[in-house]
Amino acid sequence: MPELTDKKVKNLELLANTIRQDIIEMLVLAGSGHVAGSLGMADVFSALYFHILNHNPKKPNWSSRDRVILSNGHICPVLYASLARAGYFPLEELKKLRSTHSRLEGHPHFSSLPGIENTSGPLGSGLSQAIGITLAFRLDNLKNRIFCLMSDGEHDTGNTWEAIMSAGKYRLNNLTAIIDRNNIQIDGFTEDVMPLESLRAKYESFNWHILEIDGHNIEAIIDAVNEAKAIYEKPTAIIAHTIPGRGVGFMEHDFSWHGKPPTEREARAALLELRTLSGRLKEE
Amino acid sequence: MTARKTESDKNTFSDKPKLAALRDGFSEGILKLGEENKNVVLLCADVAESTRSHFFKEKFPERFFEMGVAEQNMAAVAAGFALAGKIPFISSYAVFSPGRNFEQIRTTICYSNLNVKIAGHHSGLSAGPDGATHQALEDITMMRALPEMKVFVPCDALEAKKAVIASAKIHGPVYIRLARERTPLITSAKTPFIPGRADIIFEPKEKIKPQVLIIGAGPVLYEALLAAAVLEKEKIGAIILNLHTIKPLDENKIIELAKKTGCVVSIEEHQIFGGVGGAVSELLSKKYPIPMEFVGVKDSFGKSGLYSDLIKKYNLDSASIIESVMKVIKRKKF
Repeated sequence: MPELTDKKVKNLELLANTIRQDIIEMLVLAGSGHVAGSLGMADVFSALYFHILNHNPKKPNWSSRDRVILSNGHICPVLYASLARAGYFPLEELKKLRSTHSRLEGHPHFSSLPGIENTSGPLGSGLSQAIGITLAFRLDNLKNRIFCLMSDGEHDTGNTWEAIMSAGKYRLNNLTAIIDRNNIQIDGFTEDVMPLESLRAKYESFNWHILEIDGHNIEAIIDAVNEAKAIYEKPTAIIAHTIPGRGVGFMEHDFSWHGKPPTEREARAALLELRTLSGRLKEE
Repeated sequence: MTARKTESDKNTFSDKPKLAALRDGFSEGILKLGEENKNVVLLCADVAESTRSHFFKEKFPERFFEMGVAEQNMAAVAAGFALAGKIPFISSYAVFSPGRNFEQIRTTICYSNLNVKIAGHHSGLSAGPDGATHQALEDITMMRALPEMKVFVPCDALEAKKAVIASAKIHGPVYIRLARERTPLITSAKTPFIPGRADIIFEPKEKIKPQVLIIGAGPVLYEALLAAAVLEKEKIGAIILNLHTIKPLDENKIIELAKKTGCVVSIEEHQIFGGVGGAVSELLSKKYPIPMEFVGVKDSFGKSGLYSDLIKKYNLDSASIIESVMKVIKRKKF
């Protein structure tokens, strides 16, 4: 991982802002999709694709690349925007999200698009896929790191806990899960729908190393990933506390934005807010 | 009495046919693959011994993964292995895998067209005394409905071994339906297993006109052979087709033989909805509609009991096949 300077941090924050603008533009054109989680994870994606990952967008199948397994596929707008910004495919294609003749499926499909490492959508099976890859790499003595991005809501599924248990069993230190702890899911707040706390204690009891960070703090994200690399006996889960809808005031913290796109008018307001923030960042 | 096709095992029609369990055929197949290809890995869900996966575990401990009673995780972990270039086999009872993990098989394996092989053990009524909860009677239908999936239903231990080995040589998901009980050998070690090619395992003597085509898959084909031998004494000729590959379906062979006989009886240790008979009738109703009867479990669950008793109780035995043959011949138009 390259050195992290103040300038680089600012650059990553700006990239996250750009990705957020992409998300708003994509969703308003698509007319459907999941906005809150996508916006909330933009900082994590910016840190991953523009600093943390060992990858080459021009060679998406390069064997030494790190793997990003997206488990909560519904936040794929943030993945697509990040991949396009990183150079995996033309930015133009973002406008075709969810349309009939597009490679940008409503939920990510393996092999449809360069940079997509797995299929997901139905919640709960991304961590399992990441575990399979990690075990296979261990067999082949490969050192690639595997990042699994998960939602908090998908911790309702049995499959997720089956996976957590098995990663603990196999002490998969090359595997890092980053959990989007934004406290919302479709039907409401996670603690009302199906309480998850204490998530930390649950993971720890399954033999994982746990870190809790502000998921909008670029330096904290990168530091946590570095710490995870230093843990040799266990897989690490980074609980990234995020604000759903982050960056767009009227969407923040409101679970009703989980699964819907903005109207054109709302999109204009959202873009204005994001561009203003971007301008301020540049001036700092 | 000997089987009519030279490829078939000569003992099939003896009073005491040689017996072997499909699960042991699976074990032999996966062991051979383990030796041949270091990319083959085996995942098991706390049923290593009863699925005969433990021999692989002993021989290749580093490539055996005990996933516990967690079939959903097992399927999606296998998808991960395949994403990393391995050839994972997942081994559990068919009621659990694909019974419990259907969605993971659909989304993470089939939709991505990943190289995962699913061994569904104790299928049909072969879990006998364990009862209905452990008797998978729906798995063929579930698996053949999935795009990319191929479905093998071997009829004996030898064919199970060959199906396992063949599955690893095909890219993409394959479901292999296996059974617990020791059942008669129908094929021989020399019988070729070609995925997608249905094999005739019985034809009437030259002087007897073939009047019915019996299409079946799995160990219950033995009952069809017994039925055919009885029918022949009554001068009723039957051709028996071993449809070991349900998907892709050997359409040409089925139509060719259907034209020869003018009627069909299907036989399977499975619900009659959408399984072996379902696949055949979907084809024939479109391309060559002729009378057809279905021998299978008719919209009911199984129950505890001896396998041999259950075959009779659910009307899958030779007597039931003969009854269906007589019925379908009467319905013929020519």
